Amino acid sequence: MITKRIIPCLDVRDGRVVKGVNFLGLHDVSNPVSLAKYYSDSGADELVFYDITASAEGRALFTDILVEVASTIFIPLTVGGGINTVEDFDRVLKCGADKVSVNSGAIRDPSLIAAAAKKYGDQCVVLSVDAKRVGGQYRVFAKGGREDTGLDAIEWIKHGVQSGAGEIVLNSIDTDGVKGGFDLPMLAAVCDAVNVPVIASGGAGGIDDFVKLFQALPKVDAGLAASIFHFGEVSIPELKQALHAQGINVRL
Amino acid sequence: MIAIVDYGVGNLFSLTSSLRAIGADVTVTGQAEVLRQAEKLILPGVGAFGDAADLLRRSGLGRVVTEEAEKGKPFLGICLGMQLLFDRSFEYGEHAGLGLIPGDVVGMAGVVPAGYKIPHIGWNALHFPASRPKSRLFQYVEEDQCVYFVHSYYADRCAPYVTATAEYGPELTAAAERDNVFGVQFHPEKSGDVGLAILRAFCEMEDTI
Repeated sequence: MITKRIIPCLDVRDGRVVKGVNFLGLHDVSNPVSLAKYYSDSGADELVFYDITASAEGRALFTDILVEVASTIFIPLTVGGGINTVEDFDRVLKCGADKVSVNSGAIRDPSLIAAAAKKYGDQCVVLSVDAKRVGGQYRVFAKGGREDTGLDAIEWIKHGVQSGAGEIVLNSIDTDGVKGGFDLPMLAAVCDAVNVPVIASGGAGGIDDFVKLFQALPKVDAGLAASIFHFGEVSIPELKQALHAQGINVRL
Repeated sequence: MIAIVDYGVGNLFSLTSSLRAIGADVTVTGQAEVLRQAEKLILPGVGAFGDAADLLRRSGLGRVVTEEAEKGKPFLGICLGMQLLFDRSFEYGEHAGLGLIPGDVVGMAGVVPAGYKIPHIGWNALHFPASRPKSRLFQYVEEDQCVYFVHSYYADRCAPYVTATAEYGPELTAAAERDNVFGVQFHPEKSGDVGLAILRAFCEMEDTI
């Protein structure tokens, strides 16, 4: 039986892990390679690295770190941030990424999803969507949650899957950083719209939030979080034991 | 020395790194001579079966690895590389495989129940058929340990050769073998310590020539 995945997310700027609250006020946390090793050893099912660097120097630091991580730990690695072209896919895949997450790059150029899926396969293309309620609609935001694109999130996700996205990461801006739980209504709407794996992001404050997520929405495949793992508020072994105790199938 | 067959399909970074991490002497090559000299061969692959089978045929490497496998050299196919070991695939048409293990590669659509997503992506538990002794490939692995899968097609009509399955609605072929030829549908290079233990068991195999 397939297991629910627990995925720590590491935002990396200039080679260091950071995590913001509602995307503002970034705090330096730790070294990406040692964090990745720690998470792999503690039972993380996958790791996501978002490169939030703006400069070319920072980007080179990121790929150096990716090579080091991919040479050290052997679980699936997803990379996102600054992915605008098929060449960007190529750059991170060569450094050891298994999947590549597109967000603003696909909004700017929607043909990117299909071009990358054709070249690397659907399983390689993850569509990451930052969404927020605006006027009774789930609206797609770009540029790290700062810019309202006017796109309807459900329509955008359906379009992305039709174009070849093999997984969806749904990050609710409304719940991100608040630690009040995942955005179950928004996630339910996405799960009903597509038949590819959906990864829930934004809002986890504790173990119970993951239990509620998988109990309320059996179609959600994975839960992703950052700061609660980085700051040790939730340990992955404890989280998995708690999920297991509730009858949720996880890799122990 | 273990040679990873480089025929232009897939990303070999993780596979190479994982083998190095367990201390294997590994080389990535598309040269027939190096493949012939190697003690063991690994056939990787992601993407579509037809394209990969064409690349193997046109490069001549399909013939080389088949000859080496038939001589008794330990040979491991991973993911699409596993599917290529079988007679044929029905992924977008009908395509011939290497024919090293009898069986067909077929789609999951219509086989897995409604609500099961395709592709089958994620960590799933290995089950070893009670009807046969556990494969030496899995000598360091316990029943129900999880490995990482990403696939939409699977090997079918190969029951006598199946050494592990994973439940995704029905039990799907997770691994198959015939003598010195081994195939795993999952990615051992992405399956943490369990995956490394499977690669280690392969690295320790004696040549049966």
